[in-house]
Amino acid sequence: MTQFIVNGQDVTLDIDPDTPLLWALRDDLHLTGTKFGCGVAQCGACTVMLNGMPRRSCVTPLSMVEGGEVTTIEGMTGPEIEAVKQAWVAIDVPQCGWCQSGQIMSATALLQQSATAPTDADIDAAMAGNVCRCATYVRIRAAIHDAARTLEL
Amino acid sequence: MSSMFVKALQPAPLLLPSRRMVLAGAAGLTLAFFIAPRGLRAQAPAPITAPNAFLRIGADDTVTVLSKHLEMGQGPYTGLATLVAEELDASWDQMRAEGAPADDSLYANLAFGAQGTGGSTAMANSWTQMRMVGATARAMLVAAAAAEWGVPAAEVRIAEGVISHGDRRSGFGAFAARAATMPMPESPPLKDPSAFRLIGTDRPKLDTVGKTNGTAQFTMDIHREGMLTVLVARPPAFGATLVSFDDKAALAVPGVEMVRRIGAGVAVYAKGTYAALKGRRALDVEWDSAQAERRSTDEIFSDFSAAAEAGGQTVEEEGDIAAGFAAAAQIIEGEIRFPYLAHAPMEPLDAVIEVKGGKAELWYGCQFPTFDRPTVAKALGLPVEDVRINVILAGGSFGRRAQGSAHIAQEIGEIAKAAGRDGAFKMLMTREDDLHGGYYRPLTVHRLRAGIDDAGNITAWTNSIANQSIMSGTPMEAMMQGGVDPTSFEGSNALPYVFGSRRIGWAQMESPVPVLWWRSVGHTHTAFAVETFLDRVLEAAGKDPLQGRLDLLKPEALRERAVLETAGRMADWQGPVKDGRGYGIAWAKSFGSYVAQVVEVEDRDGRPHATRVWCAVDCGIAINPNVIRAQMEGGIGYALSTALYSKVSLGPGGGVEQSNFHDYPMLRIHEMPAVEVEIIRSSVDPTGVGEPGVPPLGPALANAWRALTGQVTSELPFPMQSNV
Repeated sequence: MTQFIVNGQDVTLDIDPDTPLLWALRDDLHLTGTKFGCGVAQCGACTVMLNGMPRRSCVTPLSMVEGGEVTTIEGMTGPEIEAVKQAWVAIDVPQCGWCQSGQIMSATALLQQSATAPTDADIDAAMAGNVCRCATYVRIRAAIHDAARTLEL
Repeated sequence: MSSMFVKALQPAPLLLPSRRMVLAGAAGLTLAFFIAPRGLRAQAPAPITAPNAFLRIGADDTVTVLSKHLEMGQGPYTGLATLVAEELDASWDQMRAEGAPADDSLYANLAFGAQGTGGSTAMANSWTQMRMVGATARAMLVAAAAAEWGVPAAEVRIAEGVISHGDRRSGFGAFAARAATMPMPESPPLKDPSAFRLIGTDRPKLDTVGKTNGTAQFTMDIHREGMLTVLVARPPAFGATLVSFDDKAALAVPGVEMVRRIGAGVAVYAKGTYAALKGRRALDVEWDSAQAERRSTDEIFSDFSAAAEAGGQTVEEEGDIAAGFAAAAQIIEGEIRFPYLAHAPMEPLDAVIEVKGGKAELWYGCQFPTFDRPTVAKALGLPVEDVRINVILAGGSFGRRAQGSAHIAQEIGEIAKAAGRDGAFKMLMTREDDLHGGYYRPLTVHRLRAGIDDAGNITAWTNSIANQSIMSGTPMEAMMQGGVDPTSFEGSNALPYVFGSRRIGWAQMESPVPVLWWRSVGHTHTAFAVETFLDRVLEAAGKDPLQGRLDLLKPEALRERAVLETAGRMADWQGPVKDGRGYGIAWAKSFGSYVAQVVEVEDRDGRPHATRVWCAVDCGIAINPNVIRAQMEGGIGYALSTALYSKVSLGPGGGVEQSNFHDYPMLRIHEMPAVEVEIIRSSVDPTGVGEPGVPPLGPALANAWRALTGQVTSELPFPMQSNV
């Protein structure tokens, strides 16, 4: 039995505690906005917030989230995620879209942790763990700058 | 897929709207308005059990375009909806798009004569057809409003989704049902391009919002009641066959329900992905590799190199080659090696099937429905009509889902069949399965030789290419003419350059490693070989890379000239060179579109780092410049990733040496150059943009690197250590 909070709701799962959080979210809770890309924390498509910090859910066993608070793309709230989503649409970032939940989670975490507008180097550092095979990087960078302006950082 | 492939197929007659039907929508609340192709007029009506034509107008005024093309990131949902909305005079806000199901009779790609997406043909083949759909629907809405209001049709106006006459105004929804009963106009007029208000302007893609909030539904996101997840244990080498397996330990894993032998290997069925992963790991499988590819890629390269050296069969010859070399004052030679490449779409291959009461329904990013639907039907022993494929968003493809072999369709069909009962099954690949799974861009060797006379003219040019055929052994084999697969060397022949003499040769090689189209197909290697070798030749002839190319172009090559000149102007080619930076230019025509790129490169720890790219593209009429720019940016990043990192290699014994993104790296954000795109203004019918951004980047990068360091790039990817 693993008990934790997902998107503000109490959840109890009676499955193998070694199960990666990614598959618990997708297969058991049907929260499919969080994506599988590599399974070894190399691509960032599975990024969620665990206790407010970005985390690769594909390498996070369920046992590690016991009593914790998980937020997925579906449950994100606040000015940062709103600014990011708005910028993502305005700049039309996604192509195939598979990696974008993870990109948006990482970008949101960066803006939540930024007291001032992130520089290109800050963006590189925060986003280098998220692969986009469609290479939408030019627009990801532009959208993060745009979101930072919306947030008046 | 290649433009040559497109040409090789018989083009279908242009299917124009001719029939409409009224039916209750899924919820019974909306009326739908269908337009089906004219070609079906004499045939029995298609069963009206599902939305199966191009357009649906809801009572809520939404206009849903059923996209006959798979949306895998290149924007056809938005593009097709734009064409319909333009002629329908709809408001962009009311437009929606969704994938059309598998049905060759309705949704043929007019460039192929069969349903499929590829070869950057989505917009080109739909250009007239989808505008006709919009114009037809518009005329019928006008007729319905005129009848309802008792006014002449000529006085009814439609603008921005509003039908009006005098003070009367209405949305489309209120007239959808009546419109469907109106006579179909034989040839509704299409707008003059000067009247376009959507075509030619930027707009975000229709699928963008769902891709930013987690609601977009891809194959892996599909859940069905009682569904089992299936992972397949696959052969350790290409061509290895299954001898036996022991499933005791696998079946002991909690959640594992069954284990079955299928053509692709041993399938483990489980409740959830993790149980399937554990079950597969617990399998004990014995394989026979006697007939497998046992060569390492080093050995394959040696064999292919020898074949290229021997010259292959002649696929193009012009002038007297021997005389050309005899007249040369200097001769330049080179060999360039290209590895196998995996497409590595971010969503690995997957498919969902549900079999119930003798019918099968599937959900996946199906790229070639024309091959997949009968393949599933055959695997299940069902009539084709009883197999429905819902074509949904794909998390990238780059050619990977466009299988002549229909191997994924075969696999998912066999998985359902082998289960021996009704039920729902989701097959998915892990990243390791994907990278080990073959269907690679063919490993290729080019051998080039050129003669230059005292005046700097190129007197002779030969290029011999050795690689496997993509079409051979697939249903496309019938389209190979005279035993030649044009996708193997497209881009090396029919060059618009004036050479004194030329010969292009192709040696077809064999290997059990399956190969496939890979974003820009033959151009992935031919553009690199031609444009880097030409760069060396021009230097030897004492010519500037840009001016030298322009001087070589045939007089009729106006579009080639325009993209080269534009890219040169954008990059300030004649301007001062920045310290520590190298500049290179290259261009290619692929899939009907012309793209030239200039790359600015710097030396970062002995490896090229691209800082800026200037890109000029001529793809005919620009339907949505935003999407064109996105595809150029993305194509540049995809190609840069390839040039810097991508290689699938086989070790001694034939096993794939890479397994995941740590050893098959992808370009990351800090390696992405700034990109500037200029679209050439054109009144020519549109051509594709999904692939044409890719070919010029690699050679432009290598040319920039040679300009900076003097190093010739004779293999891709760039060696990890500089050989200085």
